[in-house]
Amino acid sequence: MIDLTRVAKSFGENHVLRDVNLTIDKGSSMVIIGGSGTGKSVLLKSILGLVTPDSGTITLDGQDVTKADRDAFLARFGMLFQGAALFDSLPVWQNVAFRLLRGSLKKPRDEARAIAIDKLRRVGLKSNVADRFPAELSGGMQKRVGLARAIAAEPEIIFFDEPTTGLDPIMAGVINELIREIVTEMGATAMTITHDMTSVRAIADRVAMLHDGVIQWSGPVSQLDDSGDPYVDQFISGRAEGPIEAVR
Amino acid sequence: MILLSPFGALGRATLALMAVVGRVALFALTALSHVLRPPFYGRELGLALLNIGWLSLPVVGLTAIFTGAALALQIYSGGARFNAEAVVPQIVAIGMVRELGPVLVGLMIAARVTSSIAAEIATMKVTEQIDALVTLSTDPMKYLVAPRVLAGLIVVPLLVAVGDVIGIFGGYAVATGSLGFNPAAYLKNTMDFLELLDVISSLVKGCAFGGLAALMGCYFGMASGRGAQGVGRATKGSVEAAAVLILAANFLLTGAFFSL
Repeated sequence: MIDLTRVAKSFGENHVLRDVNLTIDKGSSMVIIGGSGTGKSVLLKSILGLVTPDSGTITLDGQDVTKADRDAFLARFGMLFQGAALFDSLPVWQNVAFRLLRGSLKKPRDEARAIAIDKLRRVGLKSNVADRFPAELSGGMQKRVGLARAIAAEPEIIFFDEPTTGLDPIMAGVINELIREIVTEMGATAMTITHDMTSVRAIADRVAMLHDGVIQWSGPVSQLDDSGDPYVDQFISGRAEGPIEAVR
Repeated sequence: MILLSPFGALGRATLALMAVVGRVALFALTALSHVLRPPFYGRELGLALLNIGWLSLPVVGLTAIFTGAALALQIYSGGARFNAEAVVPQIVAIGMVRELGPVLVGLMIAARVTSSIAAEIATMKVTEQIDALVTLSTDPMKYLVAPRVLAGLIVVPLLVAVGDVIGIFGGYAVATGSLGFNPAAYLKNTMDFLELLDVISSLVKGCAFGGLAALMGCYFGMASGRGAQGVGRATKGSVEAAAVLILAANFLLTGAFFSL
């Protein structure tokens, strides 16, 4: 279980997170929604330790993440980045098997390659992609490779940062389905940040809306349309009028 | 108050400069500590050695040969003013080995390697590849910075040695080809005049310049701002800083080796 209590983070005068309280249950799929620039990525990076919160506590299974053994902590996570963040200098299979080729999870090279190809197949890519470089792949294929890398070491927790941004609707649907299937079959805890409502409905067990530095609303995805929260209603209906100020 | 404002501006600039010096020093110490501590990334070191060393050979060789050749012509024509044309071999040798070889190789490395390291790492930063490394339990200082700095320390002295030899050969080719020097006498004069300290100083300078060039590329890359403009600024800043530091270090090392 991931628990955030009174988490705050500012960049200069910009108070991105003011007082975030959120619990993500083990094995559940939590989707954080919110407008651009509301601090969704900062929240996710705070959990991973890529950004240090100014105040508040973040615990994983009751242990403060800032006091956990860093390697062991990160070994429990997989992450799909918004732009896939594949390493340009490495072929696809070495990107996927990155964690299996070094560090505490190191495996023999042949075994790591076999796992990488297996994971590539799992995300719908053929084995002939393995020796190509990321720059030779389309945006959708790069996302799939990023997804394969995120699951290569079979992590307990997977983070997805805007998984469908920049993809056409069909490819976005494919990625959403893959995420849902993989999270279910691995029994992983998932946290996704997105403002794509199709993704939300495809991926989420629970939804939390981040606005103005706080969790404005959270609840099961089944209650999203009847949340009774004006912020959520405006966001999911995409209206310019409402409590959320639209910059024109 | 208006009269005091220049002092305030000077004070702020000094403090900002000191802050940068502190950050760079801390970065350098962290990088060097990672060079010495496992895990070591052999493949990354190999690639850095190839990129900084082997692939820089053409530009280093061409720079050295033309500089050596031009130096021979200058010394010959300058020496003719007081009947000292015969000192061409000695001055080419000492000029290349003590000064021009290390400095020109250092500046070429700053132009070719520092810029490429800074651009590569800055691009990795803006495309979240550095964050991805961290989430994959890999320390970017160890994986990206340490191999490049170590490669700079190892391979640039070798490049300087190659540059020295090629530069001397450039002078030899011009002197024997068009200035009428005897080839055997030219080589003998060169070898007789050079001392061990000249060669050691050249290699030490190469080591220092290689470390500085790689370090500046890594520092500016890791400190890059967002977007294409951030990458551009990081690249430009890294080359400027590396070039100035190389020239300053050259002055200090020349003083340390040769001041009486």
